[in-house]
Amino acid sequence: MSDPVVFDRIRQDIKDNDVVLYMKGTPVFPQCGFSAAVVQVLSHVGVKFKGVNVLTDPEVREGIKAFANWPTIPQLYVKGEFVGGCDIVREMFETGELQSLLKDKGVQVTAAAAQ
Amino acid sequence: MKVAQSIRAKLEAAFQPQHLVVEDESHRHAGHAGARPEGETHFRVTMVSPAFAGVSRVDRSRRVHEALADELKGPVHALALSLKAPGEGV
Repeated sequence: MSDPVVFDRIRQDIKDNDVVLYMKGTPVFPQCGFSAAVVQVLSHVGVKFKGVNVLTDPEVREGIKAFANWPTIPQLYVKGEFVGGCDIVREMFETGELQSLLKDKGVQVTAAAAQ
Repeated sequence: MKVAQSIRAKLEAAFQPQHLVVEDESHRHAGHAGARPEGETHFRVTMVSPAFAGVSRVDRSRRVHEALADELKGPVHALALSLKAPGEGV
């Protein structure tokens, strides 16, 4: 069975923060190319996000996979909702859907993203 | 090529794709976390299947993850997916 304690922590995190990225490494020092790619997209869009480093938290590393029914990391959450992993985030960024999603959900992006 | 072949066979059986490319990108990740000296750890799948029509991005990927559950639990460390329904372009 899944551990409800870690699920509670995840739920709290994605409730308290509009945009959360579960990743390997930190936004400043990503330790995986796929995590780095999502950080790059988010920075380019100009959205503030919380990075959760799963490498320093084995419980969350396994828990987040069960939580989202998604076997890999990174995982992006917007307003408590699972958006996708690296491929989906990149695809949505390229089509402009990511930007629309953030806007529709009322998440603030910086002016730098306008270009 | 063993892992790539089983990925291909399972996807063909599950999705009857019109277009399917399975690429082994392990050489590009040599020395990274999750890479094994013998390779076959990092794959990219590009697939067009009628099964994806009207299905969300996340659910398309979840179906592929399900079909490849054994591979993901075993040798496959990373699986990049580009999944389209016919008419969406490749």
